[in-house]
Amino acid sequence: MRSWRTALAAAGIAAFSFTSASAQDKEITLCWAAWDPANALVELSKDFTTETGIKMKFEFVPWTNFADRFLNELNSGGKLCDLLIGDSQWIGGGATYGHYVKLNDFFEQEGISMDDFLPATVRAYSTWPKGEPNYYALPAMGDALGWVYRKDWFENPDIQAAFKEKTGRDLAPPATWTELKEVAEFFQGREIDGKKVYGVSIFTERGSEGITMGATAALYSWGFKYENTPGKYDMDSAVNSPESVEALEFYKSLYECCVPPGYSDAYMVANLDAYKSGQVAMMMNWFAFWPGLAKDENVGGDKTGFFVNPKQNVEASTLGGQGISVVSYSEKKDLALQYIKWFAKPEVQKKWWSLGGYSCHNSVLNDPDFASTAPFAADFLKAMSGVQDFWQEPIYAELLQAMQKRVHDYVVADKGTAQEALDQLIADWTISFEDDGKL
Amino acid sequence: MTTGAIDNLADKAAKSTPFGMVRRMRGLSDRAIAWLFIAPTVFLLLAINIFPLIWTVYLSFTNFRANQPGREVRWIGTRNYERIFGSEDIWGYLQATAHFVVWTMVIQVIIGFGLALLINRNFRGASFWTTVILIPMMLSPAVVGVFWTYIYQPQTGIFSYIIDFFANTGALDMIGSVGLAPWSIIIVDTWMWTPYIMILCLAGLRSIPDYLYEAAEIDRANALQKFWYITLPRVLPFLMLAVLFRGIENFKMFDMVVELTSGGPGSTTELASINLKREAFEKWRTGFSSAFAVILFVTVFGLGNIYVKALNRVKS
Repeated sequence: MRSWRTALAAAGIAAFSFTSASAQDKEITLCWAAWDPANALVELSKDFTTETGIKMKFEFVPWTNFADRFLNELNSGGKLCDLLIGDSQWIGGGATYGHYVKLNDFFEQEGISMDDFLPATVRAYSTWPKGEPNYYALPAMGDALGWVYRKDWFENPDIQAAFKEKTGRDLAPPATWTELKEVAEFFQGREIDGKKVYGVSIFTERGSEGITMGATAALYSWGFKYENTPGKYDMDSAVNSPESVEALEFYKSLYECCVPPGYSDAYMVANLDAYKSGQVAMMMNWFAFWPGLAKDENVGGDKTGFFVNPKQNVEASTLGGQGISVVSYSEKKDLALQYIKWFAKPEVQKKWWSLGGYSCHNSVLNDPDFASTAPFAADFLKAMSGVQDFWQEPIYAELLQAMQKRVHDYVVADKGTAQEALDQLIADWTISFEDDGKL
Repeated sequence: MTTGAIDNLADKAAKSTPFGMVRRMRGLSDRAIAWLFIAPTVFLLLAINIFPLIWTVYLSFTNFRANQPGREVRWIGTRNYERIFGSEDIWGYLQATAHFVVWTMVIQVIIGFGLALLINRNFRGASFWTTVILIPMMLSPAVVGVFWTYIYQPQTGIFSYIIDFFANTGALDMIGSVGLAPWSIIIVDTWMWTPYIMILCLAGLRSIPDYLYEAAEIDRANALQKFWYITLPRVLPFLMLAVLFRGIENFKMFDMVVELTSGGPGSTTELASINLKREAFEKWRTGFSSAFAVILFVTVFGLGNIYVKALNRVKS
């Protein structure tokens, strides 16, 4: 009797172990940043589990540690992530160092065409070398830098009259950086609803990528280029052109005139906090935050309007967003590829957009009704048509840190001139490219 | 203990040693057994201290990048060192570090010693205040860095409010101002670590025998003379030891400053260790950062040695 019981218990334990082991086998981990769209992806992925039986586990890390955490994971050949929604700049390193699985054969086999996605996003999020038909990611989350403004303040007759009296023109969302500064100066220190408000919140963060993303929003609008000839790394007179110098000086003047006090190290979350708490009239941030902001109980609905990155000499926006890649160190690559196949479906992409994710699929973006689906949808399309990204070289992190230092030194710490900052940046980047064998 | 008692103890220890071990040890000299016992420690020391040190020195002469495992590692001689010594930025980080270390030490020694003298008077509630003063030291530096960003916040922070209240300065941007940011980190470090200096000084003060002061009283020494000829010389070794520990700690200060200023504004508070981390684990210039680490190591080691010699002189 006793041995019979023991045998039964052993069989039970064995069966339990088997089922939990196979359940674990049918589970993949997706790594991304911890932000609003990630929550939408969790919701969306429930359909994938229902459809395939593959469970999804998520590893989300705050933006401030995102690059550190996951680049270390990739560099150490870690198996934590089966799928990774990595930043656009990582694609060069992901491809060159073998972190990402090349997806060309898989796309061909499954009939996934990159022509079904917005070309700018395919180039930015999927290809390496840039523009070559070597795909290491599927465009997952389109994003660009955009702006929001306090629509209720802009439509207030008293404020409108005061602005007209001061500037001689109507108060409206700025179309150029010059207008943006004029509006910001107007609001700076003004009292609205019994509270002192400020002009604008811009990116000034030092540690990761903040001030570079913010300053390039101005630089691109002035016509900034990284190279004179693409792929030649000839940066002199491109990076430090008179237009670039003017743009950087302008960004510094905007920082000096119109941000709230203590704004020397602000990025996405700090900007959101400043805007949501009613401190600023305008805010620079990523489109990814607009769905959440549109629903915000303090500043959402009719209180907030949206506009694309203002032009100065050209129309251009800083690229955000990411592609989704299969990590080559994963032991569940086949399951991860199933997710990619599922995610590429037009109906999934439509749902992705409806939940708050930014689809890059043409079936979503080219839909005649797309522009009316959200108050910022039309601006998103406009922004994505003129996006520019930072270097996507394998050594991008080194290039980024150099720019963070030089720009922060000049804009926030008031060290040297814009010309010196950009000249020094070229010197830093030249050393980096020499070390990397590109020069 | 008498020789007989020792023999007795040794006999007991021998009897209680398991027979298997006795058989294995038989024939080994005392020296061999001693080596056998310390071998694991020596091995660990070699594996986790000495080997990495030697390996770092080797890497500092190469172009190695830890994130590019397939890349050919080339011997580039002293190029990394030349770049470091020729870089104005690096000198800037070292200056920022020196400024931080020197001022934190000066201020903490003065306040810490003062507090120790005060606490040593054994007034009513001295134990309670000692505990209160020690609290900051028990917190995590990263947490301290984060909450001081709120304290320093120009619009809502209490620090700005207090300064404005007394000096009418308006919103004071401690972290964002180039002139004030280096002092902002010094203030936080002082708040956190002065108790450490205080507690060591207090230990020194409590170790001074009363008869010295009684003899000084008989000799009609005044308070200043008692402090100068008895208190200070007796406490100095403790104080110097505290400065040595804190100096080394502050030379490699990282977490608190990163959370507080991220090295900014610009590079104003970018201490050597913050830059070293950026070079090693953000830019992945492993060879270059190894060279920088070696330079920092030699600097701390050299200064530490000079200081320890001075400490021994004071002791003797």
